[in-house]
Amino acid sequence: MRSKVFNTFLEAVADIPDGATIMIGGFGHAIDKPQNLIRALKEHGAKNLTIIVNGAGVTGKLGIGSLGGKPFIDEEILLENRQIKKAICSVPASLVMSKPSTFERQYLAGEVELEYVPQGTLAERIRAGGAGLGGFFTPTGVGTLIEKGKEKRIIDGKEMLLEFALRADYSFIKAYRADTMGNLTYCGIMRSFNAVMATAANVSIAEVEQIVKTGELDPEVIVTPGIFLNRIIEIPKERNQ
Amino acid sequence: MKPRLDRQTIALRVAKEFYDGAVVNLGGGIPTLAANFVPEGRTVIFHTENGALGFGGVPSNEKDENPYFMGANGVPFTPLPGMCLFHHADSFAMIRGGHIDITVLGALQVSEKGDLANWTFPERGIGNIGGAMDLAIGCNRVIVAMEHTTPKGQLKILKECNYPLTASQCVDLIVTDIAVIQVTREGLVLKEVGPGWTDKEVQALTEPELIISGDLKEIEL
Repeated sequence: MRSKVFNTFLEAVADIPDGATIMIGGFGHAIDKPQNLIRALKEHGAKNLTIIVNGAGVTGKLGIGSLGGKPFIDEEILLENRQIKKAICSVPASLVMSKPSTFERQYLAGEVELEYVPQGTLAERIRAGGAGLGGFFTPTGVGTLIEKGKEKRIIDGKEMLLEFALRADYSFIKAYRADTMGNLTYCGIMRSFNAVMATAANVSIAEVEQIVKTGELDPEVIVTPGIFLNRIIEIPKERNQ
Repeated sequence: MKPRLDRQTIALRVAKEFYDGAVVNLGGGIPTLAANFVPEGRTVIFHTENGALGFGGVPSNEKDENPYFMGANGVPFTPLPGMCLFHHADSFAMIRGGHIDITVLGALQVSEKGDLANWTFPERGIGNIGGAMDLAIGCNRVIVAMEHTTPKGQLKILKECNYPLTASQCVDLIVTDIAVIQVTREGLVLKEVGPGWTDKEVQALTEPELIISGDLKEIEL
């Protein structure tokens, strides 16, 4: 069986073509972002990318969600490098209005596209994509701009919108431990979008704090079964936040 | 100008709504502060969208802050016995599925019918929906915690919201710096007024006509 373990982040993203759709995991905190894969994607340089993500690079520079407010890497470095064509996300704007994010500036200048998705709908569209479903009906967004152009149906007396599943060419995942089969465990609030996105891409790539031998993870505590993962890389100790 | 309640005191009033055993999700801003004022003798199970349930407040000692335990507001929390962790699809299954008893959200505008606008205003040209739309439609009780008017004195409780909606007819209770207002089928019922405020003074800062509760009282703190 071919090994899933990669030695460098750049190798792990080397085949990502221009125009690819990439899910980037995490909620937006330092500990849940696949920071090393994002950095490698910048170095690799693929362009015209669509990212599916909770926040469009709005927390790292401001250090929101890190201890002591220390800045960390997020999607913003890809935006600064003009690699992003479109974001499908729930938090596209800066959390501090006086400090507009790169995505916000580019969007207001008409340079990037945006598809607003409420956070729960985003998670569920990805879950559906990973589970082989076409979509689902949800009451979230009824009576708001989210319902524009969507099929509406009354189910059990409640108005609901049809939302379609989301899949991607690649997903970038941050996890705590992996074994060489690609089974993943998480730590603390790290599951967030990571454990959902790991299921919904053609190629899922996880950066983990530690890779252990197969058999060393207790099957009872594995959150993401290894068959969802294609590539795993251990984060060098000095880069761990 | 009459004194208004400060943000901490609004949060204190909000927290009186937390009953023993309630599962509660707090939005950013004033709502976050309510975690500090859970009435004595009541146990509240806090939920955060990014995947934790049953955690405690901000660690009192900086050395106990742990980057693996941070809420959706980006602030560290204290793990408590019985805490559990989960991913986003499960987190929002809890929200939409009616498993969260109370959510407290900030607001830019609230309408007479309980419509909520809290994610953007037209001049900004962009905004953050985040989890607000799901929380507003999914949680069993939606409490809005906000200042009664904008810093410039514009009204925020309106007949109709003119900012983009988060959800329609979702708000149950509005707690502001001068009043506590219940949203009912008949309209907005003024239940409590800030210290030194009269119902007429609150009405003057509220566009829709208020129904004055028979047992109108001063906000109990």
